[in-house]
Amino acid sequence: MFGEYSLGELTSIFVMQGFAGLILFSVFLLMALGLAIIFGQMGVINMAHGEFMILGAYVTWMCSTFFHGYLPALVPIYFFIAMILAFLVSGALGVAVEWLMIRRLYKRPLDTLLATWGLSLILQQFYRSVFGPREVGVELPQWMLGSLPVTDVIEIQINGLFVMALTTIITIAVAVMMYRSRWGMQVRAVVQNRVMAGAVGINTEKVDRYTFGIGCGIAGIAGSAFTMIGSTGPTAGQLYIVDTFLVVVFGGAASLAGTIASAFTISQAQSIMEFFLSGSIAKVLTLLAVVGILMLRPQGLFVLKVRR
Amino acid sequence: MAAMPFAGLAMPRTAFAQAPATSAVNTTGLAVTDTDVTVGILHSVTGTMAISETGSVQAEKLAIEQINAEGGVLGRKIKFIQEDGGSDWPTFAEKAKKLLVNDKCAAVMGCWTSASRKAVLPVFEQYNGMLYYPTFYEGLEQSKNVIYTGQEATQQILAGLDWVAKEKGAKTFYLLGSDYIWPRTSNKIARKHIENVLKTKVVGEEYFPLGHTQFNSVINKIKLTKPDVIYAIIVGGSNVAFYKQLKAAGIDLNKQTLMTISVTEDEIDGIGGENIAGAYACMKYFQSLDNANNKQFVSAFKKMWGDKTVIGDVTQAAYLGPWLWKLTVEKAGSFDIDKVAEASAGVEFKQAPEGYVKIHPNHHLWSKTRVGRARPDGQYDVIYETAELMEPDPFPKGYQ
Repeated sequence: MFGEYSLGELTSIFVMQGFAGLILFSVFLLMALGLAIIFGQMGVINMAHGEFMILGAYVTWMCSTFFHGYLPALVPIYFFIAMILAFLVSGALGVAVEWLMIRRLYKRPLDTLLATWGLSLILQQFYRSVFGPREVGVELPQWMLGSLPVTDVIEIQINGLFVMALTTIITIAVAVMMYRSRWGMQVRAVVQNRVMAGAVGINTEKVDRYTFGIGCGIAGIAGSAFTMIGSTGPTAGQLYIVDTFLVVVFGGAASLAGTIASAFTISQAQSIMEFFLSGSIAKVLTLLAVVGILMLRPQGLFVLKVRR
Repeated sequence: MAAMPFAGLAMPRTAFAQAPATSAVNTTGLAVTDTDVTVGILHSVTGTMAISETGSVQAEKLAIEQINAEGGVLGRKIKFIQEDGGSDWPTFAEKAKKLLVNDKCAAVMGCWTSASRKAVLPVFEQYNGMLYYPTFYEGLEQSKNVIYTGQEATQQILAGLDWVAKEKGAKTFYLLGSDYIWPRTSNKIARKHIENVLKTKVVGEEYFPLGHTQFNSVINKIKLTKPDVIYAIIVGGSNVAFYKQLKAAGIDLNKQTLMTISVTEDEIDGIGGENIAGAYACMKYFQSLDNANNKQFVSAFKKMWGDKTVIGDVTQAAYLGPWLWKLTVEKAGSFDIDKVAEASAGVEFKQAPEGYVKIHPNHHLWSKTRVGRARPDGQYDVIYETAELMEPDPFPKGYQ
């Protein structure tokens, strides 16, 4: 396959391919982080995760339109404002949804699947009615486009670097919140034993509400970031939901390290196979491998040891 | 809607005086009265395909309104019943049956994907209806009950490849597509043409699941193989991801030739003009076509649906449907399906925005193939068109 290329060309391509794998890893991790909190920690199967992401994307689009129209001077930095707004809007919707719907279903976790699937359909139609059925184009500031040429062949995508940096920051933030903060301890306590957690004075309802809200907010940030690499339309959230669940389930629910390891494994497998085989076959083989491994280890890669 | 309120009211009365008796023009019990005739519109306005089908619905409604303003069909105003296919193929079949059996529609404008057309085809053949189908598609189909107002594959592919081989001296091609029947069949035809007719080479061929969003690996492969032409048939949301990532990876479409048959002005709205500027698209219609018919069409469309709407290839083809049906009915002197199907061959539409079209006996259209180059503002510059109308050839010999 590579006989006709020089060593230099091959080296450059493998460097770029390695970088492509890292970008894919960041993308997978970013979209799975919100769900890892909601599904992993709370046990809620949130089928509307993709729609929370797209809400973030629409917020970004509105910001882009607003800044290009009214504050052109601030266009270079509008993306940061948009991400913060995306977090707040998606998070607020998450809190509202938890209060109206999810909190009635904690004792019936499987029903959250149906309820949130219904919610995803409602949100899709809502986006379609408000923003129109067509995709919208988010105009990015000039500095975020293009790539940094390292050599003639090696070029590093700026939006890839951006997603990688963002994913790193959010992963660290989530890890600190989960394992080093008082709130994280309360969340883990509630997950392990709701009744006991309540008995020792934790306001479980409040913890649930904010946990769900933060998970949705992170989904909003992910959606905002993905306007750089993907499409923004009423049903675009559906493009991400399968991969997101795959990463979280494969990694083992309730384990942040598991989510990271799983995102890394799946993205590398897919990216390498895509290069040597074709896109469709790579997807098939990845899914087959995941199914095979989950049959041997139903709990996923990493298991949290708790006494039940 | 307020385009021609008075004309719409005044014209039918004069036309009505000369209208032939209903018993003479409708012998099979279709929904035709002395004053009006009912047709169906069957597209997805919900679900994932709503993105693409919205333009077609808008174009069909515009054509119906304009026909009514001119006095309707055989002195009868067109009324329409709209059904939603919901991006779900069995639903399309069910709604098609409803439009034909319950509503007795004299014609149906509808469907977009090949999957939805394949689902309704047996219904139209069993209950003897007439379908005007707007999308460019893979060919390999022909029915008495369908008029295909879009291009079949050879009309869309061959002239474009000839052009790029001649103008750009292209020797190597990299074929890309979404993984379903239309891109695969189209690329099969493209490959035969590239290898057997142009005597050049295909250096790669790849397919991606619908909705795929990560193209960095294949972009690296393209960088390694350095094809003269990237030939892309990627659809839906994947399109947006592909062009954004291509641009981010530093592939400049002003230097790297890319030709697509799946990106119309509609799709560019979502992709962003700056991400695809410089790419070549091979279509039969572009919104920027410079002729009197098209100028009238574009301004009427914008008046009805708003200044910001864009018009893509399929939207124009959908606009042809009601007009071709009207002309055919008037040629046949009857609404009867059998007579309309029979009279279809040879019907000409001289006011077509794309210039001029004519129905071939195989129920596809004679039309020109054009190449456009994407501008940053989301429109195309038309840079080439075939001198003659291309003959539709849904079962091309040597390409299967």
